Amino acid sequence: MNIVREIVWPLIAVLAAFIVGGIIILLLGDNPLNAYFLLLSNSFGSVRDIGWTLHYATPLIFTGLAVAVAYRCGLLNIGAEGQLYVAAFAAAWVGIKFGGTVVNIFGKEENWSWMSLPAIVLIPLCALAAIAAGGIWGGIPGLLKAKFGSHEVINTIMLNFIAIALVGYFTQYFYKIPGDPIQRTAEIGEAAHIPRLNEFLPGIPYDVPLNVAFLLALLMCVAVYVFLWKTKWGYELRAVGENPSAAEYGGISAKKQTILAMTISGMLAGMVGIGEVMGTRHHFEVGFSADWGFLGIAVALLGRNHPLGVLIAAIFFGVLQRGEIFVDAFTRYVSKDLGWVLLAIIVLAVASLQKYAKSRTGVVKA
Amino acid sequence: MDVVIFSLIFATIRSATPLIFAALGGLFSERSGVINIALEGLMLAGAFTAAVVSLQTQNPYLGFISGVAAGGAFALIYAIACIKFEADQVVAGMAINFLMIGLPALISGVIYDSTGSTPQIPLEYKMPRLTTSLSWGSILAFAMVPICFYVLYKTPFGLRLRSVGENPAAADAAGVNVIKLRYIAVVISGVLAGAGGAYLSTGQSSLFTKQMTAGRGFIALAALILAKWKPVPVLLACLFFGFTEALTITIQGMIKLPSGEGIPVQFIEMIPYVLTIIVLAGFIGTSRAPKALGIPYRKES
Repeated sequence: MNIVREIVWPLIAVLAAFIVGGIIILLLGDNPLNAYFLLLSNSFGSVRDIGWTLHYATPLIFTGLAVAVAYRCGLLNIGAEGQLYVAAFAAAWVGIKFGGTVVNIFGKEENWSWMSLPAIVLIPLCALAAIAAGGIWGGIPGLLKAKFGSHEVINTIMLNFIAIALVGYFTQYFYKIPGDPIQRTAEIGEAAHIPRLNEFLPGIPYDVPLNVAFLLALLMCVAVYVFLWKTKWGYELRAVGENPSAAEYGGISAKKQTILAMTISGMLAGMVGIGEVMGTRHHFEVGFSADWGFLGIAVALLGRNHPLGVLIAAIFFGVLQRGEIFVDAFTRYVSKDLGWVLLAIIVLAVASLQKYAKSRTGVVKA
Repeated sequence: MDVVIFSLIFATIRSATPLIFAALGGLFSERSGVINIALEGLMLAGAFTAAVVSLQTQNPYLGFISGVAAGGAFALIYAIACIKFEADQVVAGMAINFLMIGLPALISGVIYDSTGSTPQIPLEYKMPRLTTSLSWGSILAFAMVPICFYVLYKTPFGLRLRSVGENPAAADAAGVNVIKLRYIAVVISGVLAGAGGAYLSTGQSSLFTKQMTAGRGFIALAALILAKWKPVPVLLACLFFGFTEALTITIQGMIKLPSGEGIPVQFIEMIPYVLTIIVLAGFIGTSRAPKALGIPYRKES
C-alpha cells in the first residue's frame, strides 16, 4: 500500500477547504489567521481542550467506521443517523426498564422499571440492546437490497425519517415524564451509567464528559481493521466491494455480504447510543444527535475508509466542533457554522479528487 | 366540517408546492443520469437568497429570481463536481447539503446578527397572493408540470436528455453532447429546486430559518421515485405527500378515527417514507430508474 498517496489527497482537500474557508472569513470581515488560531489553540491547547475534542470525536469514530465498513462492500450507508437513533432509544429503554428507582428531573423519586439489575449485568445488556437495534435498522436496507435490489441510499434515507418519527412517538407517548417540556425519556438507572474517564484518570478536569465509550471506539478501530483484513468474512466483504461479479464467480455470495456489511455498519453506528445515553446524558432525547450519522460519511471519506484514517478524520472533525465554539465567541462576525462550510468543502474536494487518487477503497456503484 | 376540508385542501396545495418544484427539478437531473441528493441543499440556497434579496431590495420578484438563480448557481458547482470530476454523486450531493446548513447561517449572522433566521419579511414584500391562503408560487408550480412534460416528451431537447440518461454511449454516437446536456439538466434541477426554496421562505413562510426545508428535498426525491421518474405522476405523488404534511400540521397531536381511536401524527409523517421503501422493493409495480443513473460518462477514445 502506498501510504504517501493515501494521505496526500485528504491533506490537499483539507488545505483547499482552509483556503476557501479563509477567503469566506475574509469576505465576512474577519481575520482568517486569527480564526484558525482560535480553532486550533482551543482544541489542543490543554488537557481539557483535548478531552473535549476527543469527546466530540467519539460518536464520529463510530459512524465513520460504520460508513467505512459499508463502503468497503460497495454500499453507501446514509442511514447511520437513523441507526444511532433507534440504538440510543433501545439503550435508554433497557436502562429505564431494568434500572430500578431513579430521581427524575423534578427531583422526585420514580420507578419506571420492571426490575432492578446490577451494573455488571445492566451495562452489557444496555450496550447490547443499542448494538442490536442499530444492527437491525442497518440490516433492513441490506436485506431489501439483497432481496429486491432496491438501492440502499434511498432506503437508508427513508429509514432515517422513519426512525426519528418512531422513536419520537415512543418517547412522547410512553417514556416522557409528565410535565417535562423537553422531548426526552425518563432517566436510566444509575447501574446503567458508564464511567467518565476523569473518574479514574486524575489528569482530566472534572468537567470533561469524555467517557469509556471513547475507549470502546478505539477498540472498534482495531476490531474493524482485524475483521476487514484478517478474517475470511472481511476478505469476502471487500471482494464484493471491489468487484461483485468477480466475487460471485469466486463463490462469494454478494447478497450475504451485503446484508452482513449493512448489519455490521448499523451495529457500529448503534454504539453511538452507548456513549451518549449511558455515558453523557443518561436519558434519550429527541434531536440529541448533531448529525453524526451524516458527518460519518465525511469522516469515512476523508479517512479513506480505513480505521486509522477514520480515527484521524474523526479527531479532526472533533477539532472543528470544539474550536468553532471559540471562533464563534471571539471573532466579530464568524459564527460556528463555519465548521459546516469547511466540512462541505472538504467532502466536495475529496469526492472530486477521488478519480486522481486511484487506490483500492471499493467503488460505490449506483 | 366544510371549513376543515377547505383548509385541508389549501394546506395540501401549499405543502405540495415546494415538493413539486423540487421533484420536477430532480426529474430533469435524474432523467439525464445524474442522481440529485443535493435537492435539499439547493432548496435551502433558493430559500435563503430569496428571503435576503426580498428583504434588502423590498422587491419580491427580484427575490424570487435571485433564489432561482442561486439554486442554479450551486447546482452548477454540483454539476462540475459530478460531471467534470466524476465525483460520487451521492457524496457530492451530501456536501452541497452540508454547505447549505452552514453558509446561510454564516451570512445571516453577519447581515442580521442572527444565525438562526432572517428577520420577518413584511407582507407587501412577500410573494404576491392569489387569495389569502394561496400565493402565485403554487400556481407556478402546478403550471410547471405540463411545461416539464412538454419539454421532456415533446421537444428534441427532451428526447436527447432522456436518451442521455438511458444510454449515453448510443446518444453520443448519434451526435448528442452528453456532457453539455447533463450540465444543462443539473442546472435546470437547481433552478427548479431554488424556486421551491424561494416559495418556502417568501410564499409559504415569511422568513428564512436555518434548515427550514426540514427534509423536503428528500421527500421530493421519494416522490420522484414513487412517480417512477414521470412528470404527471410526480404531481400526484407530491400532492399525496403534501396531503400527509397538511394533515400533520392541521390536526396537531392525534387524529381521531370514527371508532374513537387516535392515530399519532408521527405515523402520518412516516407514510411517505414507508411507501417509498415499499415501491422500491417492487411490491406495487416495479420502479425502474433511468439506466445510466449515477454513472459518470467518459467518452470512449
